[in-house]
Amino acid sequence: MTTEPSDVASRLTGFVAALRAHGVRIGTGETVDAARAVEALGLADRELLREGLAATLLHTTGQRQVFDPVFDLYFPRGVGAPEAGTADRDELRDRIAAALSAGDTALLGRLAAEAVDGFGGYGSSPASDGWSSYQTLDRIRPQTLLARVRDSVRARPGEAGFTDRLLEDEIRRRIEVFRGQVAAEARRRVAERRGREEIARRAVAPTADRVDFLYAGRDRLAELRRTVQPLARKLATRLAARRRRAARGSIDLRRTLRGSLSTGGVPMRPVLRRRRPVRPELVLLCDVSGSVSGFSDFTMLLVQALHDQFSKLRVFAFVNRIDEVTGLLVHGAADSEGLGARIRSEARLTGWHGSSDYGVALGEFAERYGDAVGPRTTVFVLGDARTNMSDPNLAAVRQIAERARRIYWLNPEPRPQWGTGDSAAPDYADLVEMHECRNAQQLSTLIARLLPV
Amino acid sequence: MTAWVNKRLDMCWFRFPAPPEARLFTSVDDVSARLAETGYLASPAVATTVFLADRLGKPLLVEGPAGVGKTELAKAVAQVAGARLVRLQCYEGVDESRALYEWNHAKQLLRITAGRDETWDETRTDIFSEEFLLARPLLTAIRGDDPKVLLIDETDKADVEVEGLLLEVLSDFQVTVPELGTITATRRPFVVLTSNASRELSEALRRRCLFLHIGFPEEELERRIVRLKVPGIDAALTESVVRVVGALRAMDLRKVPSVAETVDWARTLLALGADRLDESVVRDTLGVLLKHQDDVLKAGAKLDLDAV
Repeated sequence: MTTEPSDVASRLTGFVAALRAHGVRIGTGETVDAARAVEALGLADRELLREGLAATLLHTTGQRQVFDPVFDLYFPRGVGAPEAGTADRDELRDRIAAALSAGDTALLGRLAAEAVDGFGGYGSSPASDGWSSYQTLDRIRPQTLLARVRDSVRARPGEAGFTDRLLEDEIRRRIEVFRGQVAAEARRRVAERRGREEIARRAVAPTADRVDFLYAGRDRLAELRRTVQPLARKLATRLAARRRRAARGSIDLRRTLRGSLSTGGVPMRPVLRRRRPVRPELVLLCDVSGSVSGFSDFTMLLVQALHDQFSKLRVFAFVNRIDEVTGLLVHGAADSEGLGARIRSEARLTGWHGSSDYGVALGEFAERYGDAVGPRTTVFVLGDARTNMSDPNLAAVRQIAERARRIYWLNPEPRPQWGTGDSAAPDYADLVEMHECRNAQQLSTLIARLLPV
Repeated sequence: MTAWVNKRLDMCWFRFPAPPEARLFTSVDDVSARLAETGYLASPAVATTVFLADRLGKPLLVEGPAGVGKTELAKAVAQVAGARLVRLQCYEGVDESRALYEWNHAKQLLRITAGRDETWDETRTDIFSEEFLLARPLLTAIRGDDPKVLLIDETDKADVEVEGLLLEVLSDFQVTVPELGTITATRRPFVVLTSNASRELSEALRRRCLFLHIGFPEEELERRIVRLKVPGIDAALTESVVRVVGALRAMDLRKVPSVAETVDWARTLLALGADRLDESVVRDTLGVLLKHQDDVLKAGAKLDLDAV
């Protein structure tokens, strides 16, 4: 690579800007360090450069999944089309199958480039308007190679035995890697055409904790669920720190004065007030109807993982009727995925119809489970406050709010949408403190701030 | 006055990057090769970051799951550099007097009682001298001319206040003792901080470090690690072992096996005299790899261990 120094600098700052747009916080100092790393490592080896930039620019593990695709856009493996001419489909599939059975990732990368070049272009050829990874994968169908690859690996001598049963899963993982390579290659080709800044902003998926709950797909939610335990651990330490700080400071006047008698009435040694270690009680009211269920499932799991921070934790789920589901959230249950389904099948959540009705559900809670809320209880309501045009039943909310120590409402909808359509959010927000809580990042800040100590 | 000027000059000098002769490595390949000599096989990411930490003179923050060799890395670097390893093990409640320095009160008292007919001024200047200073790891790493590797282990276990303490040490490599003045490093130590991410370290601390995440190694590298750590194991068994561990890591387990467990398992198999894997051997030794009963059950079901 023979590039002007200023070109490298502008490429690097553009790269940093793209990462910043994805919420990676990078200061000028780190950019300078990155430039010094480039100087020390040289531009000859792309993988060294990748690791060097990652070491200087990133601060946490989760940022890596944003870093890699953006890096591929700004420091691509090559430019333009691959040298090898377009092959026909069956021949390419043969070569992909061979590479899969050998497990050669580098070769798969080159084949992915060929595949996108040959089968990913759409629009008026030869100068295509765009490149689509979806179309490429649809024509190549790498998943259908599984049986062929498996048979060819098995045919080799010395491959039989215990590990044979692992083979299919291994090949599936290799095919996944290949699909990822095709997607990256298609992004690169599009970026050459439309400008890298725009593609870096739009086509690179954000980190899981910045995905909106309401629009998160199934796999993103699964990814989020895996972060529950580490997140809960972090929140628990933060709560413990708040508790420690809260225990300091306030002076017990009566005991200070009594102690001062031995020093002639001069209070030499201030006595601090002893705090009774009272762990708070928590009640969660979760809307688990269709759209918001991703949000409430995640929050339930998170709060459940924090259960040892509370003396009592009760969780209620509702759609248009309410039922207690505390027992379904067994601690340490590995099956967090099935939680939503289990709640919907085992609890009685719907009456005559299947759409959510906050008024009826909250009214039923105030009536049937009123005892769950006392002067030491903090109540969290989770939901989008869309009542399908029925009565919001503000009286019930007022009644709960009066009994509870604190009540908060976490709403997964963006604030501008509150009050549009059938949303009763502004009415509820007058009575209880309502917070926007669109993604896991916001949720963890809110929980750290709002949870009682 | 002259002493003061000297100190200022020292400080100015050491704000510059480390002088070339103090560098440990010449290239990334040099890092891999020399670490391999000590028995630490580094992935390209590890080698690159160690090289940069040496070249840029910045501390290295290493995160990753337990048992992937975070602490081993610091030990290996110390061995390569012929440096002394100074270790600060963090735990909840570690404080300035454990991490930085402490005055030796007992010795100071003895000194005061020994010199009864001195004036107070003489005694005072004497008892706050280096002789009565107990250097703890951070100060030890900064003083002296010999090369050192400072390992701050499990930084996330320490309280937030200790991080503030680390900031001064890690950015300027200096320590301020009120009675003595500021002590600046004459030779920068190579600093490695490790963390299991049980608490989010502060942004300020992260900014001062190069960040390295050590994950589970690629199959090829793991095979080399097993062969190196368990001499006498044959290639076919190594390959099977690494593949089974890889499959376990892809499962949704409470605690997936780490490199340390892979090596333990390989040793166990060798000790049992198993030269190839089969159902009964795997079933009997799965406890070496997995530490939770429900993980063992789940993995057993997924690997079809009961379908003999």
